[in-house]
Amino acid sequence: MQEPKITEELIIAHGLKPDEYQRILDILGREPTFTELGIFSAMWNEHCSYKSSKKWLRTLPTEGPQVICGPGENAGVVDIGDGLAVVFKMESHNHPSYIEPYQGAATGVGGILRDVFTMGARPIAAMNSLSFGELSHPRTRRLVHGVVEGIGGYGNCFGVPTVGGEVRFHRAYNGNCLVNAFAAGIAQADRIFYSAASGVGMPVVYLGAKTGRDGVGGATMASAEFDESIEEKRPTVQVGDPFTEKCLLEACLELMAADAVISIQDMGAAGLTCSAVEMGDKGGLGIRLNLDAVPQREEGMTAYEMMLSESQERMLMVLKPEKEEEARAIFAKWDLDFAIVGETIAEDRFLVFHGNELKADLPLRALSGEAPEYDRPWVTPAPPPPLGEVPRVDPVDALKILIASPNYASKAWVYEQYDTQVMGDTVQGPGFGAGLVRVHGTEKILAFTSDVTPRYVQADPKEGGKQAVAEAFRNLCAVGARPLAVTDNLNFGNPEKPEIMGQFVLAIQGIGEACRALDMPVVSGNVSLYNETDGQPILPTPTIGAVGLIESPEELIGGRARAGHVAVVLGGAGAHLGQSALLAEVFHREEGPPPPVDLAAERAAGEFIRANAHLIRACTDISDGGLALAAFEMAAASGVGVTLDEEDTAALFGEDQGRYLIACNFDAAEALMVEAARAVLPIATVGRFGGETVRMGGSEAPLAELVELWRSAFGRAIDGGI
Amino acid sequence: MRAAVLVFPGSNCDRDLAEALERAGARVTMVWHKDSELPAGLDLVAIPGGFSFGDYLRCGAIAAHSPIMREVVRFAGAGGHVLGICNGFQVLTEAGLLPGALIRNAGLKFVCRTVRLRVETTATPYTCAYSEGQEIALPVAHHDGNYQADEATLDLLEAEGRVAFRYLDNPNGSARDIAGVTSANGRVLGMMPHPERAVDALTGNTDGAPLFAGLVAAMADA
Repeated sequence: MQEPKITEELIIAHGLKPDEYQRILDILGREPTFTELGIFSAMWNEHCSYKSSKKWLRTLPTEGPQVICGPGENAGVVDIGDGLAVVFKMESHNHPSYIEPYQGAATGVGGILRDVFTMGARPIAAMNSLSFGELSHPRTRRLVHGVVEGIGGYGNCFGVPTVGGEVRFHRAYNGNCLVNAFAAGIAQADRIFYSAASGVGMPVVYLGAKTGRDGVGGATMASAEFDESIEEKRPTVQVGDPFTEKCLLEACLELMAADAVISIQDMGAAGLTCSAVEMGDKGGLGIRLNLDAVPQREEGMTAYEMMLSESQERMLMVLKPEKEEEARAIFAKWDLDFAIVGETIAEDRFLVFHGNELKADLPLRALSGEAPEYDRPWVTPAPPPPLGEVPRVDPVDALKILIASPNYASKAWVYEQYDTQVMGDTVQGPGFGAGLVRVHGTEKILAFTSDVTPRYVQADPKEGGKQAVAEAFRNLCAVGARPLAVTDNLNFGNPEKPEIMGQFVLAIQGIGEACRALDMPVVSGNVSLYNETDGQPILPTPTIGAVGLIESPEELIGGRARAGHVAVVLGGAGAHLGQSALLAEVFHREEGPPPPVDLAAERAAGEFIRANAHLIRACTDISDGGLALAAFEMAAASGVGVTLDEEDTAALFGEDQGRYLIACNFDAAEALMVEAARAVLPIATVGRFGGETVRMGGSEAPLAELVELWRSAFGRAIDGGI
Repeated sequence: MRAAVLVFPGSNCDRDLAEALERAGARVTMVWHKDSELPAGLDLVAIPGGFSFGDYLRCGAIAAHSPIMREVVRFAGAGGHVLGICNGFQVLTEAGLLPGALIRNAGLKFVCRTVRLRVETTATPYTCAYSEGQEIALPVAHHDGNYQADEATLDLLEAEGRVAFRYLDNPNGSARDIAGVTSANGRVLGMMPHPERAVDALTGNTDGAPLFAGLVAAMADA
């Protein structure tokens, strides 16, 4: 078949800049073919090459005694002892979800699950962090419905419990929603599978679903801003099939157990191209592909389409040749495609044949190794307006405004659409604190949390980056878990704008500083740039997914407050109202600096909580909405009223960092005071649990009334009128 | 007790169900849907939750035509005990082993939460360890759990004491709040709630444990 001629328009349509195209000409010493141009654009777009972010990602701490495998593979791998490892990553599917919310979100979940089981791990937990525009925007409700149903539709069928997440609304996301999906799995620490091919003449095997025309050019689409042509981009979104993925999971794990796999890579962004290049590049080998052997869903597909298709539920593997028959039988059992589509070669070449024609002949290593890398100019963004006078509020009235806002209302409307218990190991699902999942057949419990406060990052990217890590650290400590490591999902606007690049650089600096101080290396991650529509960027949203370990149920802080319990705050009194939830929701103001993060104090407070877990009945970190919201949420989760002695607005709603709310009996509180004095940490009794009301100073309301408001507000906002 | 847990492609509660049975003392064999025979000497066939064949058509419809289901129908016809949970319940109605059908939830959304149930009969091996009228709490997690049958069938089920569990806070619009029904001989039970997810205090409550314990005890006595 005749391929189109390479023209300037075609180069631009592939998202390649003139200097990037010149680099291709320099590498090849000739004009690329159409298929080759497609391959370069797939490898060199922002999504796959990290060309704007690499320089800064390198500054993040990625090592530690617990780290088995850091960034660069399909997912990070962390030792959890007794020969086991937790494998996890978070990844965005923002652009596809905005275009087609159900499938966009569904395939986001599918992609991250595949990243985890590609490494030999059975997925045991999922989370998602979602950011939507304001509810008055005509698109928002449809996006919320579609995204939540898509996540549920995929994860529920696949059979992984969704145990945590975040949902936020802000007008900055009106034109770009964010869908960040996290997955974690468990593997034998000495049975991790990597992507580097080894051995010459080894069969390259295609596994899973057939290749169709869906998602052609998806990664390039995800590397551009949106404008009014968005509706035309729908065909670039892939379609998910969770049933096939479940079968692929089981077949891959059987294949791995049969010791048939040399290396394996899932076909995600830029499908066959990216996976083949990755395996060859990491193994220092070339790859020869014969596209005639690729299982195809549609007739008449060209080499270009097959190389760029993002059809889901596919894997590429280098097989031990002696295991071919066994491997075929496993895939036949699961009714999945298994096809030898190529082989490894010694030369540094990426050869693609189709219909007995050579469609691409490229130096393989240059495709990833010589991808452009930019040191984009950046400036420190202008600070927000200073914090003006904040009027005193009636505490219960202000609390009601917060809990009636979809940002702080119960998210049961969302998480009840997710299977939170499949696999039978969920110790704590979504709703209150970190998600907790027992490692099957052991005493160990893993804790999962996903955190970021975008309005803080907007106001001060570095402090906001630190805060995202610190809040994740606190959420893990609050359940008694030892924080192990994080995955970062960095969502920003157009990096070609110096202010946006500045947000990115400073946020990474903050994240790096916090991860170093809190011993939480970054083991995997994903960068999503160009989250802008018509020049309007999102709030900078570096989502931190974090994992912690609880060795046995005795270390778990998983109780609830009871009548008679004392309410204790570790970490000092609240005072900071800049960029607070109170300011945003009650006064519609976004002013002042975000609360500063003292990493040494964070670490000391977190270690104190874990060391004294036996004295603590229930615990939660104090973050958005300050002590008032934390106390209400603990009361609601426990079904018991609470009285706080304080009525000062800043003391109740201040979002000062490094603080925890603890419920325990009087004797335990006394013991905590002694221990805190010894550790030189501020601690104070702030009230008590009991009764059927929420009382703050002289202001009070029945708990049942507040709980009803809190539980119904989200559904009313999404399904009803505002 | 010897039990077989069927595995369809897309089953995802098979391990949980097998372990709940083992915890109660049963010996469990996993049986692949393409197998044409059930193990010999079986007391119970258990069909787990999940999304058999993706449930892209009517839930359970394709699974009901798997080779192993012919054997399960024969086994039930010979007086064998068959338990279907969630997707397993859907498979049993599709296979004609239980009356009625499970349609899309009235709220049109997947629903996962713990619901309160009332045990309506203790005259089955599945419910014999509960007390009649006992209130229990079990998780549900389904998109198509809305049990429907014609009035005459519903009347018959009620008259014959074949409603095993009833929702106290109906999550899906099921007719007459029915959460689980049995066959005429009481040996086939289909239910939407997941008792296998309620057998360990660390991961929830233990209100599902008596179902498995009672079953194992009843089989030992039989």
